[in-house]
Amino acid sequence: MPEKSASNLVAEPQSPPKIRSPKRPAGTLYRGKEGMWSWVLHRITGVAIYFFLLVHILDTALVRVSPEAYNAVINTYKTPIMGLGEIALVAAIVFHALNGLRIILIDFWAFGAKHQRTMFWVVIGLWVVLLAAFIPRQLMHVFGG
Amino acid sequence: MSTAVADNKPAAAEVVPTFTATLMIRRFNPEVDEEPRWEDFDVELYETDRVLDALHKIKWEQDGSLTFRRSCAHGICGSDAMRINGRNRLACKTLIKDLDISKPIYVEAIKGLPLEKDLIVDMEPFFDSFKEVNPFLMAGPVKGGKERKQSPVERARFDDTTKCILCAACTSSCPVFWTDGQYFGPAAIVNAHRFIFDSRDEGAGVRLDILNDKEGVWRCRTTFNCTDACPRGIQVTQAIAEVKQAIIKGKP
Repeated sequence: MPEKSASNLVAEPQSPPKIRSPKRPAGTLYRGKEGMWSWVLHRITGVAIYFFLLVHILDTALVRVSPEAYNAVINTYKTPIMGLGEIALVAAIVFHALNGLRIILIDFWAFGAKHQRTMFWVVIGLWVVLLAAFIPRQLMHVFGG
Repeated sequence: MSTAVADNKPAAAEVVPTFTATLMIRRFNPEVDEEPRWEDFDVELYETDRVLDALHKIKWEQDGSLTFRRSCAHGICGSDAMRINGRNRLACKTLIKDLDISKPIYVEAIKGLPLEKDLIVDMEPFFDSFKEVNPFLMAGPVKGGKERKQSPVERARFDDTTKCILCAACTSSCPVFWTDGQYFGPAAIVNAHRFIFDSRDEGAGVRLDILNDKEGVWRCRTTFNCTDACPRGIQVTQAIAEVKQAIIKGKP
């Protein structure tokens, strides 16, 4: 008995507590306002336009290889799916262009930062107007024959 | 006389109405948890209570292990910046009645800095970038007289950025900072702005050089999350834009 109680007095070697940081520290989606969402859209449309330009430069460069190959490739684009794709492309470019002007104004116009929210809705308004003018014509081209 | 005294007795104290709010808190105990987890608490609150009061009630009455920072509790020390319903706010300046209490109130640590425990993050990377911009007056000996004089107009030039309390609400609301922890972040730029545009300071060139770095002001993508998050109402994105202009012009 005494031996046992004596051994109890000696602190048992404790393993140090494991401390580690989480693998996924992010939580809920940050609820930013117009500024953040315009940036998200600007980035998405920018990357999409980049990939379009990559393909576009390749197919245009084909004309140097042989005009027949170029014509063959361009003819494969004349489908309704590509027609709808062109609507998406124009929508992306128009937003990117208009929002790009907004960003330039934020950076270089003294009152740009103050009016960024108004300018965002102006961008959206112009975007809708321009697309409303383009989409019916494009649909007529694609499906009108 | 005695009746008059009896008449003056105040009516029975009105019962201050309370309501129940649910708080969803993102907990993380580094000794036990692999990943953070959400835990909900029901708290009885008054109309005048803030999110910080709700956290106190939880810590004092329900679960003493809830960990968060707070010092002054009045929006000056900048200790209790946290993400409340998905937006960076000071817990001591956010009234519960301004939130939608029909749904749970989501409270979690600020994003982009290493999570240490519950609502506490490691602020060192944040303070490191603050220190890098030389946040102190850089000036040689006073020329003539004993004082560094400044007109009210000159003082007003950088008034907005003197209000910073270094709570990190802006820096940890910045999407660029989340993905690139090397970016100086809005708070460091705001504090550089405070001295760059101070007429008494002579170190503007040094600071503009530091912020002209790849990880400096040019990383700003003008998402305005910082301006929206700032509990002091500093026009953060405006200040960053002014620093950008100063770099282009080569002088404040």
